[in-house]
Amino acid sequence: MQAGREGDLALVKNRTTVERKSGRELIVTRTFDAPARLVFEAWTTPELLKRWWVPKSMGMTLLSVEADVRTGGSYRFVFAHGDSTMAFFGRYVEVTPYSRLVWTNEEAGADGPVTTVSFEETGGKTLLVMHELYPSKEALDAAGTGAADATHETFAQLDELLS
Amino acid sequence: MVQYSHPRLDASFAALADVTRRGVLEQLGRAEASITELAERFDMTLTGMKKHVGILEQAGLVLTRKVGRVRTCRIGARRLDEAAAWIESYHQLWAARFDELDKVVAELKRKEKPDASRKRR
Repeated sequence: MQAGREGDLALVKNRTTVERKSGRELIVTRTFDAPARLVFEAWTTPELLKRWWVPKSMGMTLLSVEADVRTGGSYRFVFAHGDSTMAFFGRYVEVTPYSRLVWTNEEAGADGPVTTVSFEETGGKTLLVMHELYPSKEALDAAGTGAADATHETFAQLDELLS
Repeated sequence: MVQYSHPRLDASFAALADVTRRGVLEQLGRAEASITELAERFDMTLTGMKKHVGILEQAGLVLTRKVGRVRTCRIGARRLDEAAAWIESYHQLWAARFDELDKVVAELKRKEKPDASRKRR
């Protein structure tokens, strides 16, 4: 990894916040020290997405990213976890360069969320707001549990590293 | 992906949505109390407090036991941890993901610097 000084400083300054807005909604925010154009590029270029979507701590490998990033286009991410593989797929509902991305997530059938990511640039920095709307509280609870499983793996890996 | 249903977790969030019930949890976090004591402290009828405790109990946030004619309440910490862990797990995932994104964005920015004249595409 070639995380330069710039990246390291950003880690210290910019915090990710998560708020459960209601039973069905989740808001995640984060500021990036770069213009919206570049942050947007990292979300809409498959080769770049592949580099950050699955952090090591998730305990999974991202095998492939296909993304036809335009309104009405579809995407498909394939992950490997141990011996099993799974796909994360859906459709882009809106792609507005440098400001807004909206997509559906369909591998969970009707329980999948609709995700809206907005990029707001101020003074060369970009505030990213991700809003996930689930069809029901149960669906959001279940999604959180999936992330909790990933977290347990993170700690297990950390334990391994520190032992 | 496999879908899990967590009715208890759902009940936890519903239970925590009320200010009195959060107060009751805070109170029980300090010491056990009977329903009568809780009703007095929160200036509420016994029936009203029973209802709140019932919701907290259903969510697994509070445990009660009856000794003689007195029902004593204490905190069921595990469920509270679960609700907090839910948000924390989400936070962990996105914080890690965005830290990686930060590196990618920083690299794009560095690459762009040498020819600042080519600003827009």
